[in-house]
Amino acid sequence: MALSEPNVEPKVTAQSAAAPQREVMYRHTVAVRLTHWINALVLVLLLISGLRLFNYHPALYWGNYGYQGVPSFFSIMALEDIETDEPVGVTSIMGHNFITTGVLGVAYDAQGEPVTGAFPAWLILPGGLALARDVHFAAAWLLVLNGLIYLLFGLFTGHFRRDLLPAGGELHLRHMLADIWHHMRLRRARGAAARRYNLLQKLAYAIVVFGLLPVMVLTGLTMSPAVTAAMPFLFDMFGGRQSARTIHFLVANLLVLFVIVHIIQVVVTGAFNNMRSMITGRYTILPEDKK
Amino acid sequence: MNLITRRSLIVGGSAAAATLASGCDQISDVNVESLRPILDFGQFLSLHAQRLLLAGQPLVREYEEADMSPDFPPNGTERPNGMAYFRHMISNFADFRLIIDGMVKMPLSLTLDEIKAMPLRTQITMHNCDEGWSAIGQWTGVPLAHLLKTAQLMPEARYIVFHCMDEMVRTPDNSGFYYESIDLFDAMHPQTILAYGMNGKALPVAHGAPLRLRVERQVGYKHAKYVTRIEATDRLTHIAGGRGGFWEDRGYQWYAGL
Repeated sequence: MALSEPNVEPKVTAQSAAAPQREVMYRHTVAVRLTHWINALVLVLLLISGLRLFNYHPALYWGNYGYQGVPSFFSIMALEDIETDEPVGVTSIMGHNFITTGVLGVAYDAQGEPVTGAFPAWLILPGGLALARDVHFAAAWLLVLNGLIYLLFGLFTGHFRRDLLPAGGELHLRHMLADIWHHMRLRRARGAAARRYNLLQKLAYAIVVFGLLPVMVLTGLTMSPAVTAAMPFLFDMFGGRQSARTIHFLVANLLVLFVIVHIIQVVVTGAFNNMRSMITGRYTILPEDKK
Repeated sequence: MNLITRRSLIVGGSAAAATLASGCDQISDVNVESLRPILDFGQFLSLHAQRLLLAGQPLVREYEEADMSPDFPPNGTERPNGMAYFRHMISNFADFRLIIDGMVKMPLSLTLDEIKAMPLRTQITMHNCDEGWSAIGQWTGVPLAHLLKTAQLMPEARYIVFHCMDEMVRTPDNSGFYYESIDLFDAMHPQTILAYGMNGKALPVAHGAPLRLRVERQVGYKHAKYVTRIEATDRLTHIAGGRGGFWEDRGYQWYAGL
């Protein structure tokens, strides 16, 4: 069962032949479901430990070097208001400063006391730098190993070709516009359309799987002095060591954005059905609307 | 900008690393220790994957003078406390001796001039701090491999330990001095040098005068400053906390290639 083809044998629940039918199809193979949940856990660990690491030097630069004193195009600071002696959180983007007290730079603890730190403590991994490094690197290994299993599976079972590769007709402008319109109305797919990922879904997943996650791994490796000793071309690929760190941070933000949209979509298109399909593999197809 | 340095966190002299490096929040030792096998497994994979990748002992990228960063922030100790170091400073390290002992056939005691008369290597490399910043500087020094060859390393030796002059935490048994260690794989690398020069001048006090380690394929805390003694050994358990370094004894990883 592990590697059986999805979509091949939709189980039809017995109903009278004339009535519109609710079908239950086998949507996600066990390999997809397992790697999905491992990935979900690992991404959470990577995010909270990564933000903890960022807090030790909350500034982003371009090029090979960057340290306190080098102009940064993004930084989060805690300054002191000399009139009130209260700390003020300041986020600086491309030279524009924003007061972000309460969220970035300075947050409030349970007692309402201000605590300085780029990202607030409630959002990030507790503990210090050593633990954050250990968690980040262990989780990164899980991400890579889990990702390799997923990639091998996707290649050899046809998951990528069948489920992620856009079909010929899908790339026509008319179809794409219809798909976008459908998304904007937050309508749940029914009938035949619900059997497959639609175009925007395919593109989103493909960009994450083949674009964002590999970039995260490679920019992460570019920060390693040992790895770049063996693979110095990584510096050239990303424009330098600090550039790689910056890209790592920005792409992490894109992944967070993807996850937010992903969760919204899961909820609006049937939270129970979607969750069940990613846990048990079984997915209910609603009948077509009567016109 | 509110950048936390390790130096400012050590003030309390507390023992647990998790407590050291975070101002207010800490997770209980029980939680962390139950995760330890998984975390160490990640570390195990990193060490062995990187050693495989580096089997041919490639050099890290070296830069041109034009690529150097305008400044190079010192990290950790910027001037060791105590009269012993102060006397070295005012005498310009005239009485300084580098001791090389442990598992060597010919223990050495070298003056700075004797070290400067040895074969030297100058390299412009990137320094990577585990906090996330990086800087590019020029280093001049003697290859560690040359020192170890001169002292005639015994075949049992596996690690090279660097004992430093900066005392990070005051303890009755003097175990709070900075120290670091690397294995022979890194010790014998051509770019692993004991530097006495930086950016064309004598190594400044803030950067570890008179001698500091450059071990280019690892992050900043491995680059021991104020090195006064090099000990060849077959194990690390007999020194201070037994984990191979001041920060390692406080929860940091011994291998820091990333």
